[in-house]
Amino acid sequence: MHLKYESQIREPLVDGNKDYHQITEDIIRPIEAKPSRLWYIGFSISVALLLFGVYSVYRDVTYGIGQWNLNKTIGWGWDITNFVWWVGIGHAGTLISAILLLFRQGWRTGVNRAAEAMTIFAVMCAGQFPIFHMGRVWLAFFIFPYPNTRGPVWVNFDSPLLWDVFAISTYFTVSLLFWYAGLLPDLATVRDRAKTKFRKLMYGILSFGWTGSTKHWQRHEALSLVLAGLATPLVLSVHTIVSFDFATSVIPGWHTTIFPPYFVAGAIFSGFAMVQTLLIVVRKVLNLQEYITLGHIEAMNKVIVLTGSIVGCAYLTELFMAWYSQNEYEAYAFFYSRANIMSPYGWAYWGMMFCNVVSPQVFWFRKLRRNVTFTFFMSVIVNIGMWFERFVIIVTSIYRDYLPSSWSVYYSPTIWEIGFYLGTFGLFFTCFFLFAKYFPTIAVAEIKYVLKTSGENYKERMDKVEVQKVEEFANDYAH
Amino acid sequence: MALKRYVVGCFDDEEVLFPAVKKVRNAGYKIQDVYTPFPVHGLDHALGMRETSLHTAGFIYGITGTTTALAGMGYVFTQDWPMNIGGKPNFPLPALIPITFELTVLFAAVGMVMTFCYLCQLAPFVRKHHFHPRATDDLFVMAIECTERTNVEDLKGFLQSAGAIEVDYQVAESGWWFGRYDIQPKLYAEENPVIG
Repeated sequence: MHLKYESQIREPLVDGNKDYHQITEDIIRPIEAKPSRLWYIGFSISVALLLFGVYSVYRDVTYGIGQWNLNKTIGWGWDITNFVWWVGIGHAGTLISAILLLFRQGWRTGVNRAAEAMTIFAVMCAGQFPIFHMGRVWLAFFIFPYPNTRGPVWVNFDSPLLWDVFAISTYFTVSLLFWYAGLLPDLATVRDRAKTKFRKLMYGILSFGWTGSTKHWQRHEALSLVLAGLATPLVLSVHTIVSFDFATSVIPGWHTTIFPPYFVAGAIFSGFAMVQTLLIVVRKVLNLQEYITLGHIEAMNKVIVLTGSIVGCAYLTELFMAWYSQNEYEAYAFFYSRANIMSPYGWAYWGMMFCNVVSPQVFWFRKLRRNVTFTFFMSVIVNIGMWFERFVIIVTSIYRDYLPSSWSVYYSPTIWEIGFYLGTFGLFFTCFFLFAKYFPTIAVAEIKYVLKTSGENYKERMDKVEVQKVEEFANDYAH
Repeated sequence: MALKRYVVGCFDDEEVLFPAVKKVRNAGYKIQDVYTPFPVHGLDHALGMRETSLHTAGFIYGITGTTTALAGMGYVFTQDWPMNIGGKPNFPLPALIPITFELTVLFAAVGMVMTFCYLCQLAPFVRKHHFHPRATDDLFVMAIECTERTNVEDLKGFLQSAGAIEVDYQVAESGWWFGRYDIQPKLYAEENPVIG
């Protein structure tokens, strides 16, 4: 008797001869083992980067952001570039867990937990930039609308920058809740297997007393489904609102209606690339190749080639519109500041074009989609390209104002701007290393749920049933 | 809460569990709950549980968010501190949509998760009785509440015949209490429990 059925054409999602207990063993074992030396090395480097970032930020607060190379026309430089870049990366997790859940993509079960964790850490990193870009960070609470003694002076609800505050804080909260609600059953699994007193205590607190009762599972399923339904438009709204920061301005190069879909596609593109970068390492180090299979990597590469092509389309549309509008300022922004390789930032534009549009096209080939080393390399290229995209959009649109007297000198970051960026890398990887060590990196319960339809050993058995039926059919109707 | 007596049957396959649930219910026993390591679809119906109305709660929280956002921004822009920004209207609805949407989602999500935790009585430092430590690993654990008329030995045999690989008799606290998982609970001083 089979309770569920999945087509034989689909690749198994869990390789090897697994049963429920084996799944628990495979995924929880790294949590119970001592961290490897590689983990300590990686973690130390991350913490070192984080400390350098903390020092850079300390200097930003003490001396003011004048120590960055921002100037009269370039008010947004590396800081906002990095902000948009990190927010974009933070889109893959909730996309995988929410949109792919609604689309019933079975392969999401192997990668959703780590991708969601990555989302949360990326959004944490993103949030640092606008906060410290304010300059007087101790007044950051002014962004919240609350009855105050300053008039009351309210925030401007018409402003896209305020929409950002709401969008990003909502996105962070909802992603965190979604992630943690999914973690509860798995943390309970760790708790019930724990041998040491300390682990029992910690995972006992973290798992909220989860028992696995059928009624609780029923509510948990309902919660996941509704949260997925809520998070789906939320994912799309967040980068839409980030793109409004640019699109609602009247600056040539920013003032385009194509921005929302173009930014969302770019966000998914870079987010999936970051998921690949992390998971290719995680599956190797934690020995999870049977759960994050080549099939998973291939599926994500397909998303990368799709979204990369959408982004490419958007770039070409922008160029077309700059010509078709016959607006000389648009033409200057697109054909001189960007597409002309001899202009000061032409190299950044063509670097972006190469990394985002040309290079992902190799994923049309199945062999390359299923090549792990190559995918890792490509995922890094894509994220470099997406960083350049944000840099190009921001800096090439504002480095020359309408009057030549307002043309800025060539903008390059100071060590403290770079330090801040490196610091967020430190924060991101410190969190991710801790997550990979102390939390189940794969959703244990969800893998168990799909085992009987998508496990390799079960699929083989199902295959036999099918074959037999065909033979019987042939015998019955043979002449 | 009170101590209750349970007969516990453990199954290692959900495809054995379903017929067993049917048999046990047909025989007139009251299944307290089935503890499973992952969501088994249809088990809630097999146990005769009603649908959860968490969705409805989510909807109510959502419209609360919508109303809060629109009312709050409307009050600020039209009553408390109207400002003339380039002659634009004081209540520009299209410009208020993004925040309204975000607050709808925020209220619905936070409200639903809190309701979920409340209904399932989940919180840090909450402890409950666990019938089998492998219920979160690979066993499907059925707990049947005993009444004064229940013959424990008969029920055990019945569960075994229905396919249980392990059967057990336990006296357990039915509710939750504050506790830690590294300390074994000793809820009652007396040796002979009061059966509620």
